[in-house]
Amino acid sequence: MRAALLICAKDLRSRLRDRSALLVGIVVPFGLAFIFSLILGGVTGRSQAIRLGVVDLDHGPVAARFTGQVLPAVARSGVVTVRREPTAAAGRRLTASGALGAVIVIPRGFSARVRSGGPASLTVIGDAASPISGQVALAIAGGFAAELNRVRLSVAAALRDLGPAPPPAAAVRRLAARAAAAASPVTAQDVSAASRQLDTKSFLAAGMAVFFLFFTVQFGVTSLLEERGDGTLARLLAAPVSRASVLGGKLATSFLLGVLSMAVLEVATSVLLGASWGDPLGVAVLTVAAVLAATGIMALVATLAKNAEQAGNWQAVVAVVLGLLGGTFFPVSEAPGVLASLTFAAPQAWFLRGLGDLRGAGLPAVWVPALAMLGFAAVTGAVALARLRRVAEV
Amino acid sequence: MAPGPVLSCEGLRRRFGGIVAVDGVGFVIQAGETYGLLGPNGAGKTTTISMIAGLLQPDAGRIVVSGEPVSTRAVAVRRLIGYVPQDLAIYPDLSARENLVFFGRLYGMPAARARERASEVLELTGLADRAGDLVKTYSGGMKRRLNIGLGLLHRPRLLILDEPTVGVDPQSRNAILESVESLAGEGIAVLYTTHYMEEAERLCDRVGIIDHGALIAEGTRDELVSMVGGRDRVRLLAPGDLGAWAAALAGREWVHEASVTGQGVDLMVTGARGHLAEILAAAAQAGVTVRSVEVTEPDLEAVFLHLTGRALRD
Ligand SMILES: Nc1ncnc2c1ncn2[C@@H]1O[C@H](COP(=O)(O)OP(=O)(O)OP(=O)(O)O)[C@@H](O)[C@H]1O
Ligand SMILES: [Mg+2]
Repeated sequence: MRAALLICAKDLRSRLRDRSALLVGIVVPFGLAFIFSLILGGVTGRSQAIRLGVVDLDHGPVAARFTGQVLPAVARSGVVTVRREPTAAAGRRLTASGALGAVIVIPRGFSARVRSGGPASLTVIGDAASPISGQVALAIAGGFAAELNRVRLSVAAALRDLGPAPPPAAAVRRLAARAAAAASPVTAQDVSAASRQLDTKSFLAAGMAVFFLFFTVQFGVTSLLEERGDGTLARLLAAPVSRASVLGGKLATSFLLGVLSMAVLEVATSVLLGASWGDPLGVAVLTVAAVLAATGIMALVATLAKNAEQAGNWQAVVAVVLGLLGGTFFPVSEAPGVLASLTFAAPQAWFLRGLGDLRGAGLPAVWVPALAMLGFAAVTGAVALARLRRVAEV
Repeated sequence: MAPGPVLSCEGLRRRFGGIVAVDGVGFVIQAGETYGLLGPNGAGKTTTISMIAGLLQPDAGRIVVSGEPVSTRAVAVRRLIGYVPQDLAIYPDLSARENLVFFGRLYGMPAARARERASEVLELTGLADRAGDLVKTYSGGMKRRLNIGLGLLHRPRLLILDEPTVGVDPQSRNAILESVESLAGEGIAVLYTTHYMEEAERLCDRVGIIDHGALIAEGTRDELVSMVGGRDRVRLLAPGDLGAWAAALAGREWVHEASVTGQGVDLMVTGARGHLAEILAAAAQAGVTVRSVEVTEPDLEAVFLHLTGRALRD
């Protein structure tokens, strides 16, 4: 144990000294997260500037609900801004000029038609120049329409239960109000599903951090091969130190470098880039699990190689493939079919998923992703240890 | 000092695939004794040493250091052994002092003791004024000296040096040889491999000659040399009629052979140094003026040639 710590301390010292670990572990991932967030932040900035207009020609209670509750809620998510326009013509003009991305028009008599169960529709005025804004507006309007339809269905169902006689208008209104009120939990659930995803900055920070983690941990395990090549392994093994201590020291170096770089990145991206990683305890659990998984996988790859150089090459390939598969650069989970399920073969995916779940569902949600990553660590680590014993022969 | 030899090994055998690298090597080293393992490239020196240092498990044989058996699993006994690998084994990204303190602590020294001992070794190896510099900035000779210093650090009872002077400039080489000489004076048992016979002659109390994985001869320098007959060649250059002089010399009991060549006389004698005056006196008596004398004593090189029919170095 003492020997393992001495070896680990020696390795950490020379790693921190030669700066390459610092570069790979902290500077590059932070730099990339920063640059990407500038680039994508521009995109996000434009999409935040998805400027929608709303024209209320109805002035009824349903319209009031849409403009007073639904739109402000959507605007609060930061995706859109909404501004009222007096007439459809004004909206159309502003859309054509590009001042607004799209305009949602609530036609005259909309509330009345909704309440009487007649056909009612919202109109979206878009422009070919900003198709995304049009899509967003359609989605918002469509979502509201769907909710209204559900309310209407439940009203209709309740009325059917009341019997064949035509219902008094007051009863219908009461039922509709109750149904609409009952609908709010459903709305709340939708909102939480949306927030299960990390915002752009946090996603970039976490993605880059976990991508480079798989490079950072190499500095520990692979140095065993380096030491064998340099002859210093013979000297370590000639000392009164067990082989297990030498291996333990190397694995500990990987682990500590990994945890250190992740911790620095987590703090730095939070403070400097405004990323929000989530509940620190949950982040810590996920981080430790991810570092262990990375250490196990990279140790395993190292044991398959003949020398440090070959190990470095193979590890780079594995780190990049798993990184891409794990959606560290762009979310693969939204890809179709096979690819989406393949992401579960990458601990990086579990890490990012864990952060999303942590955000959406809180601390208890991190256990599944954390255990998945620990599973990677256990399997690869066990095989690697068995093989490393052979590597530690001079 | 514990009685009995510091190192005894017997019947060491190790093969790598089809190659039998070491085939039945065994020898004993006493405290204060320097034992040389002399052999050409690929003879099995490093393999033998790796087994003695506990780095390589022998296929057969037994190694005991100060009464404790050595194997790749025996950890404690390694404290008694200092090992200087053939190839440099030092951390280039650490300073000399950091290298020494790290290994000192690995050998179980408390931090303060390790620092103290590091300073002593830095003095000993003449690296004190560069102690804080990263090793990668050192010259080849400095690295070699540090490589050796690391083997001495924990005051082993047995110090194993595997060709420590390969690729070293003459000045550093001399410093290394001197420090090895002084170690033996301190009672350390030294196992020294080399394929430079001059080093073996200078340093080693006893020499084992190894070839193709087997010890083919062992003994003190003089014992080994006497195996080839122990005769010195004396080549004398002189003008004029040399017949009478040669005949007079041939009559002496210590002269085995005397022949007149074009420019002088060649003798094969026992103990040339002791008889040079007599040879020259005989020349004066015979009226011969000797212009030059060249004495060639047999050496380990000659022993190796005699035993194997090959030169030690190609
Ligand atoms: N790890 C190994 N794998 C395969 N063969 C080996 C290995 N180590 C040594 N050998 C072989 O064993 C034989 C003895 O090698 P060894 O290194 O012991 O020689 P040596 O006397 O130290 O030579 P040198 O003077 O060149 O250092 C050689 O034929 C060598 O090729
Ligand atoms: Mg050798």
